[in-house]
Amino acid sequence: MITVYVPRDSAARSVGADEVAVAIAREAALTGTEIRLVRNGSRGMLWLEPLVEVATDRGRIGYGPVSPDAVADLVAAGLFDGADHALCQGPVDDLQWMRDQQRLCFARVGVTDPLSTEDYEANGGLRGLRRAVGLDPADVVAEVTESGLRGRGGAGFPAGIKWKTVAETEGELKFVCCNADEGDSGTFADRMLMEGDPFCLIEGMTIAAHAVGATEGYIYLRSEYPDAVATMRRAIELAYERGWLGDRILGSDLRFDLHVRVGAGAYICGEETSMLESLEGKRGMVRSKPPIPAITGLFGKPTVVNNVLTLASVPAILSDGGSAYAELGVDRSRGTQVFQLAGNIARGGVFETAFGIPLGTLVNDYGGGTRSGRPVRAVQVGGPLGAYVPAEQLDLPTDYEAFAAAEAMLGHGGIVVFDDTVDMAAMARFAMEFCAEESCGKCTPCRVGAVRGVEVIDKITGGQDTEGNLALLNDLCELMTDGSLCAMGGLTPNPVRSALAHFPDDFTANRREAR
Amino acid sequence: MTIDSAGASVADRVRAVVAAHRDDRGALLPILHDIQAEFGYIDQAVVPVLAEELNMSRADVHGVITFYSDFRSEPAGAATVRLCRAEACQSVGAERLVADAEQVFGVKLGQTTPDRSVTLQQVFCLGNCALGPAAEINGRPFGRVDRSRLIEILASRETGGAP
Ligand SMILES: Cc1cc2nc3c(=O)[nH]c(=O)nc-3n(C[C@H](O)[C@H](O)[C@H](O)COP(=O)(O)O)c2cc1C
Ligand code: SF4
Ligand code: FES
Repeated sequence: MITVYVPRDSAARSVGADEVAVAIAREAALTGTEIRLVRNGSRGMLWLEPLVEVATDRGRIGYGPVSPDAVADLVAAGLFDGADHALCQGPVDDLQWMRDQQRLCFARVGVTDPLSTEDYEANGGLRGLRRAVGLDPADVVAEVTESGLRGRGGAGFPAGIKWKTVAETEGELKFVCCNADEGDSGTFADRMLMEGDPFCLIEGMTIAAHAVGATEGYIYLRSEYPDAVATMRRAIELAYERGWLGDRILGSDLRFDLHVRVGAGAYICGEETSMLESLEGKRGMVRSKPPIPAITGLFGKPTVVNNVLTLASVPAILSDGGSAYAELGVDRSRGTQVFQLAGNIARGGVFETAFGIPLGTLVNDYGGGTRSGRPVRAVQVGGPLGAYVPAEQLDLPTDYEAFAAAEAMLGHGGIVVFDDTVDMAAMARFAMEFCAEESCGKCTPCRVGAVRGVEVIDKITGGQDTEGNLALLNDLCELMTDGSLCAMGGLTPNPVRSALAHFPDDFTANRREAR
Repeated sequence: MTIDSAGASVADRVRAVVAAHRDDRGALLPILHDIQAEFGYIDQAVVPVLAEELNMSRADVHGVITFYSDFRSEPAGAATVRLCRAEACQSVGAERLVADAEQVFGVKLGQTTPDRSVTLQQVFCLGNCALGPAAEINGRPFGRVDRSRLIEILASRETGGAP
């Protein structure tokens, strides 16, 4: 029987994948062809979605972007045999975009049926957990430490050190919490992993539970991701049925129960202590640190809080060894990063590769520059709290320290491209507006400062006492940086100041009038 | 608070939702999501019931409801249209789409049309940042949305076709 793949990923659905799947099933029935239709995750080449694949003896042949109306013609041209066609991309694994990646975290995403436990095991799944349950928990922590894995949620804190702290803190009850709040604009890799390979996250969390002695886990998943919620919940049910969760996991003494909790539309709940408050059923007010969550976390118990991609990187580290992982990357940025190319980009999507690749290689070579075809003017990396990098600085290597040295932030690996029509004063204003909207309200520099920031930028762009107000904006940024409890208020000055530093003309009335 | 006869059944339904989450730790958020799923919004009248059932103060329950932008205090229109206004979507024209939508529906972000057919909302990132401007309509994702596509999607909903 012929196997045809049509992604179920919500980005693919957003441009018609469901309708394409229906049309393919209909055409198969009409032509009397027996097919097995698999709704896989996305390969991450989002400009090709809906990307239909057909399994042949030459490998999986891709067609994209396929519209529902094109299906009849495609089938007539021999889609089910992998025949040539204007939309045919050839064998998907041979495409340069795929070939040039090092997919560890995303190894199975787009390849397998996300909810098939058989596919999961047949493609390397569970090897990490099998090895981990046979190891002493301290050795599992050591393996993760050796890998050099750092938190993928933004701050880049070494995962092994966090795990060690939780492991060494006494407690009957400990938790593993996965931060799946992914609120940063320009990021969608957490979502794609949860929709495309949910068992990988479950496996990573279970390994974490074994390593630190936790028995209960929560995935805090944002409500904006209904497909990911449904897929994760179904995967958890299947994992229980298979003995991959619950009591005596894989026949060992390990017990781990896992729950999905859905957020409620608050960006700040991605900050880990705010997330813990929200998981406890409270307002998402940021907690002061110390105490750190590793010692006093969810309901006051020792808690691992890690990002989706941090946890989903763990199975490969355990199956292939921490040292193999550490061989990839540069300096203190080890392993691979799942970059996300977004915004005004010709070829947007997910590109996983070792740290260190220059930003411009991703944006221009793989991403193909802007979607509009106009010159790239600025790139925002690391979400709404990340700096704007001007086009002249795209040779920056993607590692945590190089970015920090350039007063930028790699964060969760989201890269948002803007063309030369962007008004950087408007983007700076938006950064303040966003902070005002999403601040938890606990501290004044953030809560009040952001509102003032919007007003001051309006005065500057309105040509009112430009010098005085620029000085005021600078003071305000300093106050927010120094006086905020968390990075929401503390880093909002990043996009504002970088916009000011690199694009000062956008802020002055003359230039605005000249436009 | 005294509950009238119509309110009594509301209170019972709320209690049933709470009972379903008896074994969950810190269950207020899942409870609120379920209440909103059941009633379409979270009425003020459920606050005292929740406070009593969960042994919390009314002020605390109210505080949680108002903190999260997902929880509505009144019913939404037949279609909830959520437009992404975050940076990646702005880079491909999200602000123009918002302005177009406000003009097409004759309401501002956060408002519902007088005939209650459409509630227009802003959202910051739907995780579809490579195919912006992104929108979500009654839970379904849409990418590369512009004025004409938005009108088309809503028109096909009204005629019962798949959007
Ligand atoms: C305002 C704000 C929002 C954040 N949002 C997220 C998020 O959506 N996802 C995430 O994993 N981390 C987010 N973080 C970082 C978390 O606080 C925390 O560092 C992370 O979850 C730890 O996991 P990691 O070490 O695996 O990255 C956010 C931080 C701040 C200050
Ligand atoms: S900086 Fe802002 S978001 Fe963070 S704790 Fe202070 S008020 Fe809350
Ligand atoms: S920024 Fe619009 S979907 Fe992410």
